[in-house]
Amino acid sequence: MKPRQKRTAIILGGLVGLGIVVALVLNAFQGNLVFFFSPSQIAADEAPHDRSFRLGGLVEEGSLRREDDGLTVHFYVTDTAERVPVTYTGILPDLFTEGQGVVAQGKLDAGGHFTASEVLAKHDETYMSPNVAEALEMAKGETSDSQMPGASSLIQ
Amino acid sequence: MAELFDMGKHTWFVWGSYAVFIVFIIAELILLERRRRTIWQRLSRINRMNSGENDET
Amino acid sequence: MAAVAAIFIVLTGHIMKINWFKYASPASFYPLAGKMIPWFAIPALILAVIGMVMGLFVLPPDFKQGESYRIIFIHVPAAWMSMVIYLAMAFWAIIGMIWNSRLSSMMATALAPTGAIFCFLALWTGALWGKPTWGTYWVWDARLTTQLILLFMYFGYMALHAAIEDPRRAARASGLLAIVGAFNVPIIYFSVQWWNTLHQGASVTPTKSEMAASMASVMLLMAIAAWLYAIAVTLKRVRCEILDRERHAAWVSELVDEAK
Repeated sequence: MKPRQKRTAIILGGLVGLGIVVALVLNAFQGNLVFFFSPSQIAADEAPHDRSFRLGGLVEEGSLRREDDGLTVHFYVTDTAERVPVTYTGILPDLFTEGQGVVAQGKLDAGGHFTASEVLAKHDETYMSPNVAEALEMAKGETSDSQMPGASSLIQ
Repeated sequence: MAELFDMGKHTWFVWGSYAVFIVFIIAELILLERRRRTIWQRLSRINRMNSGENDET
Repeated sequence: MAAVAAIFIVLTGHIMKINWFKYASPASFYPLAGKMIPWFAIPALILAVIGMVMGLFVLPPDFKQGESYRIIFIHVPAAWMSMVIYLAMAFWAIIGMIWNSRLSSMMATALAPTGAIFCFLALWTGALWGKPTWGTYWVWDARLTTQLILLFMYFGYMALHAAIEDPRRAARASGLLAIVGAFNVPIIYFSVQWWNTLHQGASVTPTKSEMAASMASVMLLMAIAAWLYAIAVTLKRVRCEILDRERHAAWVSELVDEAK
């Protein structure tokens, strides 16, 4: 082989080798890099029992209840198929409301109750002005049961 | 004027982002211009040295 | 995705009609790059000013996030550029290796600092956006982690390049690292689809947009400005690289003499 062909061959070989390595790493990652578990996964007993993990889903409409101390909240996290009761004491992010995506870090007790130590809001990819949002809401009417925009990213 | 820059409770986050963004871009441009000048100074020094050698011969 | 590469191909494309190999030499590319800079720098400045004024003062706040969403106009262009520039770096590294072209290797080297700056800015603006919206500056989710790895890849590239004295060996070693790191870029981009992440999915993709048209157009304006800026600043830096590495060449000393 000429030097240039040899060089090209080495580079191509290196690229293929790297591709395989990356594929293997990704495969290993896939199992570990679960950022959060959905209520359905918890119902299927896929979430860990003995250690803290993250629970992700939507705050169920009408489920949010605040205690008198102003800091403790109770709500259900749902993926529309299953729901998990959650208790959290602390400051909630601004975007936290019913129907909004959340990711809560905490532990699951034997009774299936999730006690969160941290609650983060997962926001969606929709952006619009308040006027437009209002107009859309009006057009949709109250009878509509369509999902929140972007909720599909949480419910797969 | 202050009203224009008011972002409610998000003022620090929005302006903190934009300020750092602009500072980094300007810093990149300044450093690059300084690098260009340093290279030119060195090159003219090399040239002067070379022409000095030529004069001696 | 390899869009920066494509732009350079388009640019060199019209040059190709004249003579590709003539301009592939650093001596001919140096003045050409100098002439091209204002054509990118001036529109970049104009678009960035318009985009920032629109994004900060003219557009209404977001229906959910309020004012904090205005960070998107710098966050997303910075994140895009950090990925695109890395791919362009890998592209030039490959070209430089296969054809043993000095100019291509210099191009890869010249792209790195700008890419690293955009990468850092994407992380910084993302953190300041994350706090008011998610409730935290940082989480170890797939998107944020892979973007942080990208920053380390940039640092690694620049460190490796600076560590090796011989320019040819430096170009080869750092070029290899650029190619390895390029595999991270699609992982960053698709991480929000492949894994459960706190980071939301893409608002604007080639096939859909979940943003109001006015907001999306300002974001695209800022993205174009970032592109033009990146090209202008890379051309300026590649001119420095050329002078630095060709300092013993006759044409450089002639150039310096003329400038006096």
